[in-house]
Amino acid sequence: MAVNAKTINETEFFYGHKACAGCGGSLAVRIALKVLGENAIAVLPAGCMSAVGFNYPQLCFGNNAIISTFAGTASMLTGVQAGLKAQGITDFHAVGFAGDGGTADIGLQALSGAIDRNDDILYICYDNEAYMNTGIQKSSLTPFGARTTTTPAGKNIHGNLRQKKNMFEIVAAHGIPYAATASVGYLNDFMRKVEKAKSIRGTKYIHILAPCPTGWGIKTDETVEAAKEVVDCGLWYLAEYENGSFTLNHEPKQFSSVESYLRKQSRFRHLTDEDIAIIKQSRDAKWEYIKKNFK
Amino acid sequence: MAREFLSGNEAFAYGVRLARPHVISAYPITPQTIVVEKLSEFVEDGSLKSEFIHVESEHSALSCAMGASSVGARAFTATSSQGLLYMAECLPYAAGGRFPIVMMNANRSTALPWNIYGDQRDSLSQLDSGWIQAYAENAQEALDLALMSFYIAEHQKVSTPFMANLDGFVLTHTYEVVDVPTQEQADEFLPPFKTENKMSLSNPKNLGFSAGPDTNTFFKYKEHTGLLHVREVVAEAESKFESIFGRHYTGLTESYKTEDADDILITLGSISGLVRETVDKLREQGEKVGLLRIRYMRPFPNAEIAKAVKNAKAVGVLEKDISFGNEGTVYTNVNSALQKAGISIATSNYIGGLGGKNISPQEIETIFEELKEKRSVVRFLGVEVR
Amino acid sequence: MKPYLREKIPTSFEDIPDTTSYEAGYLVTKNAGWRNVRPVIDTASCVGCLNCYLYCPDGVISPKDGKVQIDYDFCKGCGICRKICRPGAIRMEAEK
Repeated sequence: MAVNAKTINETEFFYGHKACAGCGGSLAVRIALKVLGENAIAVLPAGCMSAVGFNYPQLCFGNNAIISTFAGTASMLTGVQAGLKAQGITDFHAVGFAGDGGTADIGLQALSGAIDRNDDILYICYDNEAYMNTGIQKSSLTPFGARTTTTPAGKNIHGNLRQKKNMFEIVAAHGIPYAATASVGYLNDFMRKVEKAKSIRGTKYIHILAPCPTGWGIKTDETVEAAKEVVDCGLWYLAEYENGSFTLNHEPKQFSSVESYLRKQSRFRHLTDEDIAIIKQSRDAKWEYIKKNFK
Repeated sequence: MAREFLSGNEAFAYGVRLARPHVISAYPITPQTIVVEKLSEFVEDGSLKSEFIHVESEHSALSCAMGASSVGARAFTATSSQGLLYMAECLPYAAGGRFPIVMMNANRSTALPWNIYGDQRDSLSQLDSGWIQAYAENAQEALDLALMSFYIAEHQKVSTPFMANLDGFVLTHTYEVVDVPTQEQADEFLPPFKTENKMSLSNPKNLGFSAGPDTNTFFKYKEHTGLLHVREVVAEAESKFESIFGRHYTGLTESYKTEDADDILITLGSISGLVRETVDKLREQGEKVGLLRIRYMRPFPNAEIAKAVKNAKAVGVLEKDISFGNEGTVYTNVNSALQKAGISIATSNYIGGLGGKNISPQEIETIFEELKEKRSVVRFLGVEVR
Repeated sequence: MKPYLREKIPTSFEDIPDTTSYEAGYLVTKNAGWRNVRPVIDTASCVGCLNCYLYCPDGVISPKDGKVQIDYDFCKGCGICRKICRPGAIRMEAEK
């Protein structure tokens, strides 16, 4: 039976944490743990989720959980699964939750190593598109045009000049057993992917877009809407990589308005029509690629 | 017990095999490489049942070892020089987490300029990371230390990671005849790793948390106390070791002819062998000289040093290290020990062996000669400053 | 089982653990004070779809008798539940 709101484990494993109201990252962590269950052993690097969940004596994980070094999510996961395996313990799910900076920047080397070894871990990147914990600085997953505190938007430069790094395809290029993209706006899709990853031995990677009201400049109740809209307007897509091929899970019949998605967020408020045209162009190029190469 | 012709690296690897770690994570670096090559051969031939992880960096090597330790597995890694510095973030992390990982470090110079040969600036630069630090003199001690390091690190009172240092090339690559204990003997010596500091499915925990200003000092004090317990646990380990293997070790330091010595040279690591020979030679000539070998830099043997030198007239510290802008780190520590003990004698610092430079018997004789002058100098061997 | 509030606050030298490890899910503070507004469920209009339960970032909404209940000790008042509720059974009320 598919996991949904009615069938999901009612136990809460991530509770009482100090994440900002409306935090998309905490929603991703909460749902993933409910799907994985009590035998999940979570590794979280220095970052938002560890900062809000592990302030002794306020310890917000009901399951086993540990903070790793910023760069060490994947390598610590490797150690966890190897250590358990060596002691003959097999009924566990080693799962990592790292942000975009922790994954695509400082943690990329360790992640690549773990995939290369095909360690039996599930790595979940909750992507809120900047270093939010330190106060909204650009990461390599910050999208084009976004204003962060290190890519200020002024007359000369309109925020971030670089396109978002494509972690999903970078991970897939390793020949990983399973990789997927997801969004906290489409939790049924995400739950299905976590459930699937749970049953696969070897390295699994799920990249979930998780809006941050604080960093994106949206209201606390707009997190889920924004996460839906980014998929509906085509700036993010829901897909899987398995057995060497890509599958698109959700194809919007018609894209919703990119302008509408961007204009709601204060990080994009400065964008000119030309900037938005660039964003649309790159979206269209991406979808052309997806239609050609994804099932 | 079998007698084998082994290098320091190989001897250490034999010791690690006897300790049967669950997880070995390692990244190659000269001159450590042979340890991990040897261990991977042991895994391949079935004589060692460990998860051998080919990590992609030293940072990951130690991060992986911490992950293994965090679920109650015995973990080993090895590194050297640049590798030790690359994993530097993980060193205090492992110590603060009280993960009793054992790591062998092949002492090697640090860049720049690049140099692959031995000195001790790599490990001594990490003295404050919270690890136990021991320095072996020869291959036999390397093997024995490998086995004892797990005993000491994992002891409930200690629960602290252990860095076992072997001088690069001089010790790691030099062959000696080494007694290799049997697995039965090793198992009799080393109990299985048991800890409450772990994530287990039946007793879930949150590990590696943050602790704010109110509790941080408490955690750090307890970490410090763990290291201070090492002295008594080393004594316990060495006594048990002797009863099983017949070899005697002497705790945090080893004194050689210091009882009636006027001039004592303090040093650490493989150079001690040459100093001991020089002491013997000078003793034959009627000179009252002695050697104090530091076996453990952390915890620091304050009391042992004070006891050994209390009747001496001068002390020299010979070390392969310089804390730039000051003096050798060992020298600083030794002076602190003497000051605390109220011992006021001339102390001099000799910086030698940097980047693998040979230290000659003649130079050691000259040091003893200079100690008679009872001056306090910091001198680089081989550098004549006018 | 979920992380829950405890009476003992183990922060003295004697009470803290020797290592950085402690019982999982140990809570000593609530989040109720963060709220300016609180979600209130109109049980009559609630259809029990559980979307609010699913999408709550804090997990403070739980299924109960075919409907839902809210743990106000830990609700931060973000309002996601109100937005996600199709029948409009959740309203936000100002905290006094």
